[in-house]
Amino acid sequence: MTQSQKSVQQALPEGTVVRVGPDGLEALVALLKQVGYTTIGPTVKDDAVVYQEINTTKDFPIGWADDQDGGTYRLVQGTKGAFFDYLVGPTSPKRYFFPPQNKLWGASKEQGHFEVEKPAEEAPSYAFIGVRSCELRAIIVQDRVFGFAREDQHDKGIFSDPYYVERRKKSLIIAVNCRRAGKTCFCVSMGGDPHVRHGEGFDLALTEIMEGSQHHFLIEVGSERGGLILALLPFEAAKDQDLVARKTQAEKARGQMGRTMVADVNPLLKNNLTHSRWEDVASRCLSCANCTMVCPTCFCSNVEERTDLTGDHTERWRTWDSCFSIDYSYIHGGPIRKETKSRYRQWMTHKLSSWWDQFGLSGCVGCGRCITWCPVGIDITQEAAAIKKSEECQT
Amino acid sequence: MTKQSSCKGNCRCYTAETGPMVPRPFKVVEIWKELADTFSMRLEPLDGCPAFFAPGQFNMLYVFGVGEVPISVSGDAAQSGEILHTTRIVGNVTKAMSAFKPGMTVGLRGPFGTRWPLDVADGKDLVFVAGGIGLAPLRPAIYQAFADRHRYGNIVILVGARTPEDMLYAKELARWKSRFDLDVQVTVDHATGNWQGRVGFVTKLIASGGFDPKNTVAYTCGPEIMMRTTIKALNDRGVTNDHIYVSMERSMKCAVGFCGHCQWGPEFICRDGPVYRFDQIAKSFNIEEL
Ligand SMILES: Cc1cc2nc3c(=O)[nH]c(=O)nc-3n(C[C@H](O)[C@H](O)[C@H](O)COP(=O)(O)OP(=O)(O)OC[C@H]3O[C@@H](n4cnc5c(N)ncnc54)[C@H](O)[C@@H]3O)c2cc1C
Ligand code: SF4
Ligand code: SF4
Repeated sequence: MTQSQKSVQQALPEGTVVRVGPDGLEALVALLKQVGYTTIGPTVKDDAVVYQEINTTKDFPIGWADDQDGGTYRLVQGTKGAFFDYLVGPTSPKRYFFPPQNKLWGASKEQGHFEVEKPAEEAPSYAFIGVRSCELRAIIVQDRVFGFAREDQHDKGIFSDPYYVERRKKSLIIAVNCRRAGKTCFCVSMGGDPHVRHGEGFDLALTEIMEGSQHHFLIEVGSERGGLILALLPFEAAKDQDLVARKTQAEKARGQMGRTMVADVNPLLKNNLTHSRWEDVASRCLSCANCTMVCPTCFCSNVEERTDLTGDHTERWRTWDSCFSIDYSYIHGGPIRKETKSRYRQWMTHKLSSWWDQFGLSGCVGCGRCITWCPVGIDITQEAAAIKKSEECQT
Repeated sequence: MTKQSSCKGNCRCYTAETGPMVPRPFKVVEIWKELADTFSMRLEPLDGCPAFFAPGQFNMLYVFGVGEVPISVSGDAAQSGEILHTTRIVGNVTKAMSAFKPGMTVGLRGPFGTRWPLDVADGKDLVFVAGGIGLAPLRPAIYQAFADRHRYGNIVILVGARTPEDMLYAKELARWKSRFDLDVQVTVDHATGNWQGRVGFVTKLIASGGFDPKNTVAYTCGPEIMMRTTIKALNDRGVTNDHIYVSMERSMKCAVGFCGHCQWGPEFICRDGPVYRFDQIAKSFNIEEL
């Protein structure tokens, strides 16, 4: 946004709720593109709803919903004309801040010496549309990992990742409240909610309301940047009945949680690192790493050397890695986590337990992706419940 | 990439722009063979920023076109300006590094990690127990103890190697052995050639070591199994876990807490370690494949 636009426009204050029609949302997408954002939103690709660059609301999964359960994902017909009837798909905004692969730096060699070249590429400004409440919280989780809005303390080993921080800083987040919850959702038991809350980092939050022939959206301001954008759009004031409808919708979605995480799972897992359940789950787990690939908070990476044919130029690439791979824990003498049970334990205890020690919050936000995309339908909530149950039997 | 002018000395020379993943250029000043499979090299910064470290810390060393590995600093922290590393050849990167010639450029990020704390041992006996290449990360702490010799009671250095041919820093150990203010004992698992010294695991030397268990701080580095038996032997003598320090090894791709590889329960060994006071990690240490 240019300075002149800023000076003539007053930002709408945080907490303001307005109402627009589907055309208002179209105008929002156009405006975001006009002011220079790369617009990323939901769209149907390969029979799933994924995040991708979109140009218009027509790219949205209009009329589509999904049926998800342990090990299954299927697109089904949703409410006719609805933009946001689907729930979270296999991708999340993570791949834009922390992409599956990114170049760290390159270097060229001359007679035993080399010069490091930093990538010249400028970080894009992303505007995300349709970010779910659990995804917002997953972004907060990764902010802690990669040091967004945190002071570096090099002598204490606290660093931030410039690649992540740059992209994160420049991004605009337009969230959407969930109208329904699915069979693999459990955000409520992870301290979340299907409707976004202030302080969770959204710039604008949408609520889709469909009643009879009516189809409109509430837009709530979550930040100054969001307030400035919204001020540039035509809108109506939100009506009392809209706010009532939004509240009802939140309550309905809250009541639809398909799954529940047992209480106090962090200490539960700490006390059961040698539980027999790890053997049990290992007999089902394929160690395929799908759960870590779809999880919006998993941050593990490898660094690969990619050298050209002459051998005079090389690049260092960071690529997603997974604690389910045997190479992940490799040191001279062999891998540390030889057994699947050790690798599954690493994944689950990291998400639900050691993340608290490392970052002061849960590494799981209850989005349910790892349950849906597990080829054999292993369910993190059920595994935790099984351990809890065995503890109760003992006492 | 040339030197950042914003360097204030104690900054590792990273800026927000370069980030912690970009190495600094260092020159190989000297490289020499220690053992059949082990070499040392002395490095000097090429970017004008100072080089520094504390005993126990490590650097990520980068070989152009091959990769990057964590290697502890094994020189004397008081010799400012130079960085010494001793490396055992076990795979791709360490092998490529062993072929370096003086004058070549090596990438370096660091120093990273926690230090061997000698300040907690004022007035106490010091025991260093090293297995194989584990002597390299311990040596800076030993140098520091020598520099402040008057601050400590007895200093006991116990070193084990597989065979006499694997005895790292053998000449230096012989020099240390001739000092009257140290108790240096070396042993090999298997005697070969005309080895006249002790045979047996290094942990056996602990039982008879000349230190007062109630007034001792012990520092150990070596294969995990060796550290395990060392700790047991120290405990048997009466040294408690809060007076024992260990250095842990795990896979590391970044050393700054991003890559996840060095996780060990709640620990990121690159940042929270590699040196730990044993009582603080005893629980994790005893869980297999954690
Ligand atoms: C904090 C810290 C400090 C250290 N300090 C020192 C030090 O001072 N001196 C020192 O010598 N070492 C030190 N090390 C160990 C050193 O980092 C490793 O030896 C080094 O990373 C090995 O790298 P490499 O590329 O040479 O070997 P790698 O290529 O990693 O190979 C190591 C071994 O594993 C095998 N291997 C690797 N990957 C696989 C796979 N996927 N499948 C099967 N086999 C595989 C290789 O064949 C080889 O035998 C330290 C480690 C840490 C974490
Ligand atoms: S250790 Fe495993 S569970 Fe934890 S962030 Fe890395 S890949 Fe995800
Ligand atoms: S662990 Fe599973 S449910 Fe939790 S955030 Fe990751 S993918 Fe979602």
